[in-house]
Amino acid sequence: MGKRIGLEVSLSAAEAVKMADVDCIAAYPITPQTHIVEHLSELVNNGELDAEFIPVESEHSAMSVCAGIAAVGARAFTCTSSQGLALMNEIVHIVASMRLPMVMILANRSLSAPISIWNDHTDVMSIRDCGWIQVFVNNGQEVFDHVLFGYRVAESEKVMLPVMIHVDGFILTHVIEPVEFWETEQVERYLPEFKPVHALHPDRPVTMGCIAGPSIFSEVKVAQDEALIQSKSEIISAWKELGDIVGRYYKPIEGYKDEDAETLFITQGCFGETVSLAVDALRDEGKSVGLLMDRLWRPFPLEEFRQAVGNAKSLIVIDRAISYGGQGGPLALDLRSALYKEKNEPTITNFICGLASRDVTIDDFKNIYNRSMEKIKVNPREEDFEYYGVRGK
Amino acid sequence: MAKTKTDLSWQELEIGGIITNPGNAAEYKTGDWRSLRPVWDTKRCVKCGACYIFCPDAAIEETEEGYFEANLFYCKGCGICAHECPTQSITMVEEEE
Repeated sequence: MGKRIGLEVSLSAAEAVKMADVDCIAAYPITPQTHIVEHLSELVNNGELDAEFIPVESEHSAMSVCAGIAAVGARAFTCTSSQGLALMNEIVHIVASMRLPMVMILANRSLSAPISIWNDHTDVMSIRDCGWIQVFVNNGQEVFDHVLFGYRVAESEKVMLPVMIHVDGFILTHVIEPVEFWETEQVERYLPEFKPVHALHPDRPVTMGCIAGPSIFSEVKVAQDEALIQSKSEIISAWKELGDIVGRYYKPIEGYKDEDAETLFITQGCFGETVSLAVDALRDEGKSVGLLMDRLWRPFPLEEFRQAVGNAKSLIVIDRAISYGGQGGPLALDLRSALYKEKNEPTITNFICGLASRDVTIDDFKNIYNRSMEKIKVNPREEDFEYYGVRGK
Repeated sequence: MAKTKTDLSWQELEIGGIITNPGNAAEYKTGDWRSLRPVWDTKRCVKCGACYIFCPDAAIEETEEGYFEANLFYCKGCGICAHECPTQSITMVEEEE
């Protein structure tokens, strides 16, 4: 068993990147991601990590450098948040299409305007369709484990796709938590050397990122989408092997007291741990309620969601992002679509809350539960969603 | 002949749409972009080769007699050759169906 250390989650994330023995880090500082790359720059400077640290002039350049690093067959890492992600957007899509494996931590933060340095998932949802494998984590240990998992999956010959780890900004990145480090031997067993399918090399010329006209573009995009969909089996086996090595088993959908529950909360990210306490409190009051935490976001775990929802009568979907002018939060939209016309299709209520780190407490989730039960009785319209805790609403 | 890129199904493509045979742009027929075709008048042509030099697609070839003609697999019909010809010996004529 590895050493258990109390450390700020950002710093332990950087230590995990060090254990992954990356070749290059290209990053631009932006709150709340800064501590991760700051610590990595220290590790490189101190000679503890043998890697290039490229302090680029923007996030667009950070992702461009990472594309180049992955294209020559080296291991790249970067990290960003919010506006930084928005600025690198162009290349984020390109690295997925070009099948360049790398890992990026997104310290989740609201998109402007108004300027907010605080946490929500509006940045995540702005790149929902960028083609990366995307996972949410709940705590520091999961961040650490998923950095190594990320490289393992991304670099698998069957996958060859970039992996993005969604870590709630401040609420998770800046807290101090006990994290069990891996033994070097465990990392070596789990994460083999990166052997790219193709790499830029003068002896084996290839063209990457070329133009594709109407006669071939659709085939290229279908191949990309199929690769992402099919990556799920590799993701699941990488989690299984991670569990066999360090004893922590992860799943696309994590359940808490969900098996016999009539009502299920559905969350992404740190909300999961708060809701689990609300579930305990509601269970004490005799309510039949449980929780499903979405860990895998893309590829969307359709079968796993259908199975996990099972015979639940109603779902309370918690979204931490807005789909402006849409029919609910992004998670609720996907779930409604996934469960549409399923046998015993549950009634779905959707609450958008916690924008820009606004506190949503255990009591708030109890209120949300009661509000959902009330709504189902009065107006169970599927397209309904509401903002929770907004003055005037 | 191997399949050209435009015949491939999504399963047959290289990962990431990468091209592994250098120079395969030569397989791409740009000639079907053309609406006008250059025609040489050998009575006026002084074999200076300006058309050959200016052709942006290197689609003009020299004949055995030293005159010039366009390789219509590649010629896009841009008309630069006709514009540059010092003796006005190239006419751009409409492609017919």
